[in-house]
Amino acid sequence: MTASNPEFEADCIRRIQAGEKHLFHDLIRPCERSMYFLLLSLLRNEAEAEEAAQETVIKVYLNLHHFRGDSQFRTWVLSIARNEGLGRLRKTGNRREDSLDAEIDEQTGDYTPAILTSWREIPSKSLERKELGALLRKAIEGLPEIYRNVVLLRDIEEMDVRETAATLGITEGTVKVRLHRARALLQRDLAPRLKGFAPKRKGLFGWGA
Amino acid sequence: MRIDCKHVWDHISAYIDGEVDAGLRAEIDRHLDTCEICSAVLDSTRNVVVLVADDRVFELPSGFSERLHARLTKELELAEP
Repeated sequence: MTASNPEFEADCIRRIQAGEKHLFHDLIRPCERSMYFLLLSLLRNEAEAEEAAQETVIKVYLNLHHFRGDSQFRTWVLSIARNEGLGRLRKTGNRREDSLDAEIDEQTGDYTPAILTSWREIPSKSLERKELGALLRKAIEGLPEIYRNVVLLRDIEEMDVRETAATLGITEGTVKVRLHRARALLQRDLAPRLKGFAPKRKGLFGWGA
Repeated sequence: MRIDCKHVWDHISAYIDGEVDAGLRAEIDRHLDTCEICSAVLDSTRNVVVLVADDRVFELPSGFSERLHARLTKELELAEP
């Protein structure tokens, strides 16, 4: 994730509106990744997510004068992306019933984790990076949407709780509850298959520098 | 009273994010010292969190940015902000 820089953004927006249109490329660049993955999480189709990302960027440009700076620029961009994605889902009738997700959310289900007493004792297997990536992506794709979005913003894009809540239009408490459940579901799904992958810190995964 | 495993699991996500208060953290730490199962659950959950955060796991499609900016260049010529 790229840290937001409100001063840079405000300056960029002023200059774009004064005619330096090309600066919009620099303004939007730090948001591209989050935007794409948020749309992919909603639409579950790479080509459509890319098309929706392009439409989002154009909408952001056309509505730039509406940005008031009372939220982070990226939060604002992601809200537009989310609306774009939801609009597309409505159009194609692919939107799963909200009530279904809400129902899952209300469940006080028993999230028993995968029990691995010997997590640290199993010798490292050399899961290829590609294989690992596919495994993680598949597990995340398999999560209900309400959990998938939160994992995406909090753990993949490393946004803070506040920005995640603002982007998704939910409370910070709900972000925390959903993140907890999402991680528990991922642990249960992935832990037995990721045995041996025990990164000590970010960037060290045993798949070569 | 000693907290049980279920209690630890309920707070694992907040624990990883450093969002549990000092008292609860100390209790969880005490539990982890002697409970191999919960230590493994914590380690594996933390590993999942670290792994999904790696940029190499979630990569933009090849050429995504180039296509986006090419489209944008065209639109910028037409539009007014």
